[in-house]
Amino acid sequence: MYRYTEFDETFVRARVEEFRGQVERRLTGDLTEEEFKPLRLMNGLYLQLHAYMLRVAIPYGTLNSAQMRQLAMIAERWDKGYGHFTTRQNIQFNWPKLKDVPEMLQALADVGMHAIQTSGNCIRNVTADQFAGAATDEIEDPRPTAELIRQWSTDHPAFSYLPRKFKIAITGAPNDRAVTKAHDIGLRMVRQDGEVGYEVTVGGGLGRTPMIGRVVREFLPKADLLAYLEAILEVYNLAGRRDNKYKARIKILLHETGIETLRAQIEETYARKRRLLPEIDAALRAEIEAAFAPPAWDERPVPPLPAEAGLRSFLDMNVTAHKRADHAIVTVSLKPIGGTPGDATAEQMRVLADLAERYGYDELRISHAQNVVLPHVHRADLPALYATLCAAGLATANVGLISDIIACPGLDYCALATARSIPVAQGISEAFADLREQADIGPLQVKISGCINACGHHHVGHIGILGLDRAGVENYQITLGGDGTETAAIGSRTGPGFSAEEIVPAVERLVATYLSLRVGEEETFLEAYRRVGLEPFKTALYDVERADAA
Amino acid sequence: MSQIVTRPGAGSESRIEAPDVLPFEAFWEGRDLPEDVPLGVLLEVDADPEDLAPWFGRLCLVVIPFAAHSDGRGFSLAQKLRDAGYKGRIRARGHLLADQFRAALRVGIDEIEIDDANASRMPAALWRALSEGGDYRSRVFAAG
Repeated sequence: MYRYTEFDETFVRARVEEFRGQVERRLTGDLTEEEFKPLRLMNGLYLQLHAYMLRVAIPYGTLNSAQMRQLAMIAERWDKGYGHFTTRQNIQFNWPKLKDVPEMLQALADVGMHAIQTSGNCIRNVTADQFAGAATDEIEDPRPTAELIRQWSTDHPAFSYLPRKFKIAITGAPNDRAVTKAHDIGLRMVRQDGEVGYEVTVGGGLGRTPMIGRVVREFLPKADLLAYLEAILEVYNLAGRRDNKYKARIKILLHETGIETLRAQIEETYARKRRLLPEIDAALRAEIEAAFAPPAWDERPVPPLPAEAGLRSFLDMNVTAHKRADHAIVTVSLKPIGGTPGDATAEQMRVLADLAERYGYDELRISHAQNVVLPHVHRADLPALYATLCAAGLATANVGLISDIIACPGLDYCALATARSIPVAQGISEAFADLREQADIGPLQVKISGCINACGHHHVGHIGILGLDRAGVENYQITLGGDGTETAAIGSRTGPGFSAEEIVPAVERLVATYLSLRVGEEETFLEAYRRVGLEPFKTALYDVERADAA
Repeated sequence: MSQIVTRPGAGSESRIEAPDVLPFEAFWEGRDLPEDVPLGVLLEVDADPEDLAPWFGRLCLVVIPFAAHSDGRGFSLAQKLRDAGYKGRIRARGHLLADQFRAALRVGIDEIEIDDANASRMPAALWRALSEGGDYRSRVFAAG
């Protein structure tokens, strides 16, 4: 994996010192709060409900064991002993003190990490498929591209004060595990006449106006990527709305301008950029490519694995085929039954770091679904790895199942939230505590957001839950049929919302309805929904209510 | 009153003295322009810098206003102006922070005009002290 060069190291340390100075100027009053805000946000520092929150980037979700151990140390030293992995491959510390933040940034810099551009109206941490470099369906590893974009976008002189935040995601595989169509720019690697390039989508986004990205270019040669990105960003920076923050994302510009006109503007700018910009430095490109070369594979034969039931269901649910038959991809669920989705304790982080070192070529990934992935594990090591995970309480075999819930921090932490998310996730997880029952229900993604900003991706959940505030009372709206993959769709609202007490039983009724109408066990919730539509689910949700009221 | 912060090392005495700064419309609408003197223009953020191209030979100063430090249109405007081939001076005027000086210089802005109140909070030394190193974009595009 990519390791910081001297250039990166020098840059990050200079930024830590710069931020130290900015904090001092804020404290003396030389910077107003309004002026300080974008500076602190670009360094990942939010002001939350109870405290500051520091959001640390895990670029394209990749980290090594030393970095994971440092996150554990930071969690213990400056926070409450745990961290929260987010849907954008970041980790958040929820309880730092402002005065400690420069020290925390220093500790991150010690292991080649930072919090730069994890917030603010700039190009954010680039996200990628968590199975990159390991997946069976990959055209090419997307991480060299992601790293190139990280370098290009870091401290970009023209694009650091955009109308609004700007998110880029990339997948190297036709099966989109990076939710690219819900990003401002989505890049999907494609092959045309033997040449690898990108399909570019633009204008995707969730929030209060959810939109699926539109294809703005069907094939972009790899060499022209940055010229094209510069073109999109320049058009957006100049024409994106700045009069209303809720209409400032590029999706609104796309909506108001129309895809044809916007495409023409981008193409015109692209032609100029292509003419004027030098080529991407070949040596740098080669250096980045080399950094993502596969490890020296362990060539041991694969012994037959024991038929123990716990291991078997772990293999079924949490282990994915690797591009090498003798290896496997292991997803470690951070969704124990009744737990907080995405939280990991310092102790668990250390266990994961040890496992990566011992069995995983020293590599870890964070997925947008808030789980941790060991991308390369020799199959012979799976039983030992499973045993260690069991002992650490990390062996929940529920990946992709109803309790593998994505949830934002919600009103328990977030200043923007209008309702709690975590207790709803915990309630659903406990209602379906039996893992065998969950496996019978099959793939089902529940995604919960505690406000319309949709950090919990509810619009693309098979079952999406949106927590709102109705006259001081939490109210949860349900959407059905959302999909964040290559067949992306925004979920449809079922109708009036449910109270905090009613929401878990409502989800149970949805699941019971699905089980009663599916055509065999092979038909997933999403497939069944696409076949029968909203009506049977609406009946299940609301007719009961009327019957109760009568 | 206002003050001008220039690129480190650029002596103010070597510059052509401040010309009249005319509104963009004066050029675009074909008004009579002063003859035989270099001209300045105020380029509003919603104007297209390429429209100024016919006058590049006569311009020695383009002023780009920044209504708020969070409004980054001026950075792209300056870049577009340079892309279009303008070689004269570019001045950013308005609410910019010393912390944005590096970005301003990199997109082709030469100097910043700030009012006295801002200058007292952000003296020239603070602007000049901003680290210049670590230019990722230039590095990525460094043609070998």
